[in-house]
Amino acid sequence: MAARQREISVSEFFTKNRHLLGFDSPTKALLTTIKEAVDNSLDACEEAGILPDLEVTIQALAENRYRIEVADNGPGIVKAQVPKIFGKLLYGSKFHRLRQSRGQQGIGISAAGMYGQLTTGKPIVIESRTNRRQAAHRYELVIDTLRNQPVIKRDLEVDWEAPHGTRVAIELEGTYKKGRHGVETYLRQTALANPHVEIRFQGPAEGEVLAFQRASSTLPPEALEIQPHPHGVEVGLLLRMLKESKARRLSSFFQTEFSRVGPTLAQRIVEGAELQPKSSPKRVTAEAAERLIASIRQARIPAPPTNCLSPIGEERLLASLQEQIAADFYAAVSRSPAVYRGNPFQVEIGLAYGGDLTSDDLVSLYRFANRVPLLYQQGGCALFKSVLSTNWKAYGLQQSRGALPSGPLILMAHVASVWVPFTSESKEAVAGYDEIVREMKLALQEVGRQLARHVRRTERRRDADRKRAYIEKYIPHIGIALQDILGLSEKQEAEIVETLTDTLARSRKM
Amino acid sequence: MSSKTPAKPAATSVVKKIRAEARGIRSKILQRKTPAMKFPVRSLSNVVYRPEKGHFQIKGRKKERTLTVGTVKTFAQTLRMMAFSQELIETDDMATKREAYYVSKNWDDARFNEQPESDTVIEDVEALFGVNREQLGFVPEEKGGDVAGELIVVDHDRDTGEKLRIDCTRFGSGAYSIPISVEQLQFETNADYILAIETAGMFQRLVKHSYWRSANCILISLGGVPTRACRRFIRRLADDHQLPVYVFVDGDPYGYSNIYRTLKAGSGNAAHLNEFFCVPQARFLGVTPGDIDEYDLPTHPLKDVDIKRAKDALKNDPFIQHHKPWQEALQKQIRMGVRVEQQALAKHGLNFVIDEYLPRKMANKKAFLP
Repeated sequence: MAARQREISVSEFFTKNRHLLGFDSPTKALLTTIKEAVDNSLDACEEAGILPDLEVTIQALAENRYRIEVADNGPGIVKAQVPKIFGKLLYGSKFHRLRQSRGQQGIGISAAGMYGQLTTGKPIVIESRTNRRQAAHRYELVIDTLRNQPVIKRDLEVDWEAPHGTRVAIELEGTYKKGRHGVETYLRQTALANPHVEIRFQGPAEGEVLAFQRASSTLPPEALEIQPHPHGVEVGLLLRMLKESKARRLSSFFQTEFSRVGPTLAQRIVEGAELQPKSSPKRVTAEAAERLIASIRQARIPAPPTNCLSPIGEERLLASLQEQIAADFYAAVSRSPAVYRGNPFQVEIGLAYGGDLTSDDLVSLYRFANRVPLLYQQGGCALFKSVLSTNWKAYGLQQSRGALPSGPLILMAHVASVWVPFTSESKEAVAGYDEIVREMKLALQEVGRQLARHVRRTERRRDADRKRAYIEKYIPHIGIALQDILGLSEKQEAEIVETLTDTLARSRKM
Repeated sequence: MSSKTPAKPAATSVVKKIRAEARGIRSKILQRKTPAMKFPVRSLSNVVYRPEKGHFQIKGRKKERTLTVGTVKTFAQTLRMMAFSQELIETDDMATKREAYYVSKNWDDARFNEQPESDTVIEDVEALFGVNREQLGFVPEEKGGDVAGELIVVDHDRDTGEKLRIDCTRFGSGAYSIPISVEQLQFETNADYILAIETAGMFQRLVKHSYWRSANCILISLGGVPTRACRRFIRRLADDHQLPVYVFVDGDPYGYSNIYRTLKAGSGNAAHLNEFFCVPQARFLGVTPGDIDEYDLPTHPLKDVDIKRAKDALKNDPFIQHHKPWQEALQKQIRMGVRVEQQALAKHGLNFVIDEYLPRKMANKKAFLP
């Protein structure tokens, strides 16, 4: 069985699962490739404490054939790491750790390289320099699909001006489109959720250049890695952790492998499962593991630490919106961290209203998970549903039943978590955990109230202006009538009109 | 012109009133205060019924129209209407209410969109100064009512001033039309009473059969709710010659509480003028709710508006509230749920009304409603 499984080539695996990985259509394949490369670059820069400068280039080679290039000023990659990062499906350094990062499964960029190789036969080209003293290298990486092995075909020293950075180039078959699911939209939203990032974009057409300026010159707080919280594990994961743990006793296993578990709690969990604290973790049977899970569920365990999260933050959200969107009013809310199934998460909402935004259309909702824009499957996303089920009429917007509100409004909804629960592997829609929906609604209500205050204030001002115009329309007639009746001079008439206009303007209650 | 002479002294006093009001407003404005005008409230809620005088009298309640956003348009329009009125008086001219509405079309933003708006403003100005619209230079274009019977109206030729004696028995199948202004008229008559009739149809029938001759009376067609001129005409005629006035209208709440009540006691709308435009000596001949049974008359079901009007009168009309028989009549009508028209009497023959109904009614005047 295991032997047969190994025989399934990665290309076959990929072809069968491309829809799960985000390569189900030529348009999406191109976008996903850019997305994975950008995510990788940003994660690398931030981990190294570097303010990211990104250059994204799309070159049209032939019809439906493009060369995608993403360059960053990150720390660079040493040769030994290149195959692991770009060549091996399901390798990823991120799968086993609990820390907020863009990619979660670690299949992203390698899948993109695989897709490129399958559709064009061309290798992934990686140029990288790790520091000033080292020369930059150019690697051509091919995946041996029979053995699921990445192979570096060529390794050249090349010139590179910057002291460090990485450039990834992938040739692929795809379609370049603009609009809601376009590259431009993705980059614009990426810049919105990452105000510390600067992105330059060169599209396939001549002169198709965009630049997104950095709105904040400080990196987001570093997200720390945490151990899993007991409430977040299931039997399968628990069994694997038991097997892999270096702990010799069950009680120390719980204390070292999990967050928020001390000696007393560990003992209570183990005894609750009718096991001995001193027995070896490796000997726990599946049946005993289930008892352990049940015991964990019974136990009252403090919430996990939240320093593993790196929210955008209210101030930076505001700065970002102000930099990217010309509106009259901006609001941002960062909720305090909360927990779903043992995973800390945090919800943030940003809002821009009025100004250049059009008022007839439905509100534009930009969804983000760990700062990554979610462009597909809006209808199935808990963030979208939370916006739908909020009563926006109370906040001065129009809203038809079962629809997004309408008005000159852009809404950003961000959920940051060590483990964002997506509805599928393609990571496009957030699953509707009660805790997440509840936090979303509270955040929406909070920005909604701020918006309502602004809308009311604007309306009052507009009302007052209208009133003044109305008053001033009829005051001259009072002047004319009094002039006629009393036989006043023009000067006397003008005095009446002037004085009355002034009096009413002063007495006007705002 | 001679016909306007009685209006002259009043005219100058009206101009004085207009000027005084305008001066007051101007000085408020120059003191940087918001000016206000005080109008008597023109509705039934601001009248009391004075049984000893027989008409509605205005209570003191006034509404103040302060110059604010909500009132600035009407405020300006009222002032412009006052200016226009002053111009009419000073040039010895006049305008119908419709003409006044059209004149306002020169007022740019202050123009009236519909005539009812300008009519209301004219009525406001009347009430403000406690004068009638003729004194302000405005005349209604409505018809005053028709007269036939034992009456000679003495009028003057408008050009020569020569006395004109108009014999209301000599209009054949037609009738004399009550003019808009009746103050200059004099009357000669030997009639026993005045019969005021709501519908033109019934009036025609009585004229055609010269009912006025056999009954020795004066027939007046009201044509719905009587105009001020019509009310004034009947009042002066009845006062001058001590004539009783009997009123014959459709048997429905509109006939009772609108036509008859307005004729007898005046209206809430022009309460400050009711003293002149009412006929306290009027008595109600029919058709009463009781007649429906007594004469076995064909009926129509009361409409919702009829019921509402009847209930409204019972609740809010000071005249109805003062007269128990009227409350009983309206309650009876609501109970019966039907109304009856004057001309339903034709069921018993076209001339049943002349041969039977009116003689039987006249034989028992005590049964007339107050």
